[in-house]
Amino acid sequence: MLSYRGREGYWAWVLHRVSGLAVLLFLLVHIVDTAFMGFGRELYNHAIDLYRQPIFRVGEVFIFAGVLYHALNGLRIIAIDFWDGATRIQRELWYTVLTLFVGLMLPITYVMLKPVYTLLLGA
Amino acid sequence: MQVTAPAAGPIVSESSERVAGSNFELWSWYFFRLSGLLLVFLALGHLVIMHLVNNVDTIDYDWVAARWATLGWRMYDWLLLSLALLHGMNGLRVVVDDYVHRHGWRVVAMSTLWTLTLAFMALGTLAVVTFQPPGR
Repeated sequence: MLSYRGREGYWAWVLHRVSGLAVLLFLLVHIVDTAFMGFGRELYNHAIDLYRQPIFRVGEVFIFAGVLYHALNGLRIIAIDFWDGATRIQRELWYTVLTLFVGLMLPITYVMLKPVYTLLLGA
Repeated sequence: MQVTAPAAGPIVSESSERVAGSNFELWSWYFFRLSGLLLVFLALGHLVIMHLVNNVDTIDYDWVAARWATLGWRMYDWLLLSLALLHGMNGLRVVVDDYVHRHGWRVVAMSTLWTLTLAFMALGTLAVVTFQPPGR
């Protein structure tokens, strides 16, 4: 990851690894905050309040992006593993992954950050 | 670049920790793909439900309590928890395999990894399975 610089396949792999580790880190935090459900309304609501802070809402968009990229590229990996035809077009599949990723993240980001920019613009 | 299925036969490796003839890596390879395929629906479904259909302004204790009144949602959440945690921790294991080479550090890293997996699996399972709605 540090010494080799390849082409599309390399970057697909780097992003897959980085997004996977980032989502895993959040998953561990998320398991803890969900466990607060067992300790009553007050503690859980207090913890969840954090997720409504603007900075966390931006973070949630990044988590969504991480899961979405990892899912799309994961499907590409499965296609390559089980179907010879996909190996020949793996580069095209990578660009398909990127196109779908950007195309989906644009409206998702718009919807998820609505409360943030309405707050900023005072609308 | 892309990973291919390891042979089921003896695996010859420089690492002494990979037992020759072990099927673990093959099992792991299939688990990544099967759990990954299920997680495409479970994890993305979870995100769509929590951030697009609903959002962090509506989700609170009472919202989750009402959701967990339905057995199906508890099963959904538990399946998501276990598949995501095992898929993610197995991924971390591969990363450790790639970058940690000294025997002593590998033992430390792997022990920590599996201890954490067990602890978070227990914590998450307890939360989802034992939750009792408050008697108002």
